[in-house]
Amino acid sequence: MSEEHNKEKNSRRKFLKLGILAGAGTVATGAIIAANGGTSSESGEKIKVLTTSGEVMEVDKNFLIQAPVGRKESHEGIPGRKFVMVIDLAKCKNARKCVEACQRGHELEKDQEYLKVYLMQDSEKTAPYWFPKPCYHCDNPQCVSVCPVGATYKRSDGIVLIDNERCIGCKFCMTGCPYSTRIFSWKAEKEPEEGSVYSPEKGVPRVEGTVSKCDFCPDMAREGKLPYCATACPMGVIYFGDIDEDVVTNGVDTFKFSELIRDRSGYQYLENLGTRPNVYYLPPVDRQFPVERGYEGLEDDIKANYSETPFVKKLNHREDK
Amino acid sequence: MASNTSDNLLKEFAPQLEKTGLLGKIWIIVLAFLILLGIFALYWQISRGHIVTGMRDNVVWGMYIVNFIFFMGISYAGALISGTLHLFHAEWRKPVIRMAEFITIISLLIGPLYIMLCIGRLDRLPNLVLFGRIQSPITWDVIAISTDIIGCFIFLYLTILKDLSKLRDYSELKLPAWRKKVYNVMALGYTGTPEQQLMLKRATDIMAGMVIAIAIIVYSVLAWIFSVTLQPGWHSTIFGPYFVIAAVYSGSGVLIVAMYIFRKVYHLEKHITQKHFVNVGVIMLVLAAFFGYFTFSEYLTKWYGSEKNDEILIKILFKDYYFFFIFSNYVGVLLPLIVVGFKKLRTINNITITAVVVIVALWMNRYLIVVPTLESPYLPIQDAREAWRHYSPTWVEWALTIGGIASFCLFFTLASKFIPIVQVSEVAEPVEPGDISLR
Repeated sequence: MSEEHNKEKNSRRKFLKLGILAGAGTVATGAIIAANGGTSSESGEKIKVLTTSGEVMEVDKNFLIQAPVGRKESHEGIPGRKFVMVIDLAKCKNARKCVEACQRGHELEKDQEYLKVYLMQDSEKTAPYWFPKPCYHCDNPQCVSVCPVGATYKRSDGIVLIDNERCIGCKFCMTGCPYSTRIFSWKAEKEPEEGSVYSPEKGVPRVEGTVSKCDFCPDMAREGKLPYCATACPMGVIYFGDIDEDVVTNGVDTFKFSELIRDRSGYQYLENLGTRPNVYYLPPVDRQFPVERGYEGLEDDIKANYSETPFVKKLNHREDK
Repeated sequence: MASNTSDNLLKEFAPQLEKTGLLGKIWIIVLAFLILLGIFALYWQISRGHIVTGMRDNVVWGMYIVNFIFFMGISYAGALISGTLHLFHAEWRKPVIRMAEFITIISLLIGPLYIMLCIGRLDRLPNLVLFGRIQSPITWDVIAISTDIIGCFIFLYLTILKDLSKLRDYSELKLPAWRKKVYNVMALGYTGTPEQQLMLKRATDIMAGMVIAIAIIVYSVLAWIFSVTLQPGWHSTIFGPYFVIAAVYSGSGVLIVAMYIFRKVYHLEKHITQKHFVNVGVIMLVLAAFFGYFTFSEYLTKWYGSEKNDEILIKILFKDYYFFFIFSNYVGVLLPLIVVGFKKLRTINNITITAVVVIVALWMNRYLIVVPTLESPYLPIQDAREAWRHYSPTWVEWALTIGGIASFCLFFTLASKFIPIVQVSEVAEPVEPGDISLR
């Protein structure tokens, strides 16, 4: 099963067979350009694309290459989409595959995490649980409200993106976000490859002195693929989908979003702040793993992150005895 | 009043403008050195990136923002204190009001520099204008502060205009020709005809009212940068007035210290007497009471309601920042109440020491507002890296802080070398009708 996941990750051009997101790939105007004289031969499979002049033409599948959409197009959002994520806390055992895949996909350093896994314990007597936290892509995003230059913006498909070529690095969005989602590029970042076009949808390489964060991988969505984290999770914790089409999938199982939320009592985290998040959680009931399982196998430096949590303190205390 | 004609006064103040003593020169060199150190730190930060500061992903705003609020705060000394005293025609204000106005302008020029130090991409600063969004409190701030700077400059200029014309007409002044030329140009042909006097008085009155209003708006906008966010400890409705009061409070402290230093250095004992210290001290006392009241209601409601995140914040304040909290919110409030409150304790030295304590306490108060909140976000910080959990400023931030204070002192010194630190023309004028003394 994990081999299958790897294959999917490695082949960036492979479309998800489920097809629920496939529409996103073909409607992408301007995102797909025909390659002139590639080495690949014709596959025989034709795909309809919209040219910049507005004409529909058929191109062989193998002659298509994906180009990231430019800065201007990235403001629009993928037409007809409204993305949503559901995270099943009952299945999470902090395998950290989501974090690692996200770091690879976004060319992050080991200590830069767009997606963080918290060890949560709501109060003293309640049970601890693992809590993956991406950006919530709120419908009432504080970060967007406070940005003085419009460098971070909300799109029609619900995604909140950052334009690192406009961001002035005032960090107001970081104090505005109540979920500590954003990270700042404190030191020099990798130089962009020569001739490469910057796209906020991809966000790599990052720019020193600007802010970046989880972007729901819109470049993958345009190709009809799930975000890195959703594909990488061996437990299928992370579901991604479209709230208007009322469907979410983790790549293996597909659910009606509304039924999943209804049957499993889905909720939003700190929704009382009025941010209207687009990430929903399924509570950690009938757990598949004890919470210790997510802690024991960790590398020491990752373990240290959780040293101040009541659960780990108790665990260490017991070991000392 | 015979000895108080403006020519006599000018004669008295001329040496300050004409020459700088050895001590004065050393003072200026030391300040210049400290500023150079700050400039080196700035170079270090720009060339190596913000990684050289103590700021990290949780505490994204540190000492720079603290200094920004602090300097903007003391800029209130002039705006509110001199504006109000001017409107009330408080006679005793005359020898000290210019200092207050200098404090305003100089700190207003230094304060905004700190917010720039905090910005990751200084090269993109024009974006604030090119792509400015009116929804963002930072845009409000840009508009408010630039209005404030212009307003305060006009107010200052109106109040020095008479002295400029006096300096132009005073033939015995031993100054290089270019400086006399500067006075000549800057005096704008003011000769003191009744018509000119009336115009100047009206303009000054209008601007005095304006700077008070602008200053209140500027400082409220500054507070809203914090209180519009959802962070525990910032999301507070009283932040606007709280910041305004804290600002004037710190401004009154800086004014007292400036009075003390200039009185000593320029031998102004005749003009600035204990009465002035007591009067400004009483202003400080009233503000201390207000400040204490606001601080108390701010923390009482947080502590009493003890919402989870407020509770965590208060725990941090009383654990990690115990000394800071006690000094800024207890000592900083009670000391002025005691020292100025009891008549026996009201000596010049006591009041000045209190003022120094108040200034430090207010700086710490800003630190307590900015940093602990960022150290206690809604989602607990789960990061092994110490710098991500706790903010501690690096030498770069300290050097730039000291550099800022040094520039403040240097500009102040230079300003007092250009224009008499006491309003010569005003002091020479007869008492205005409707004098309200604070005593």
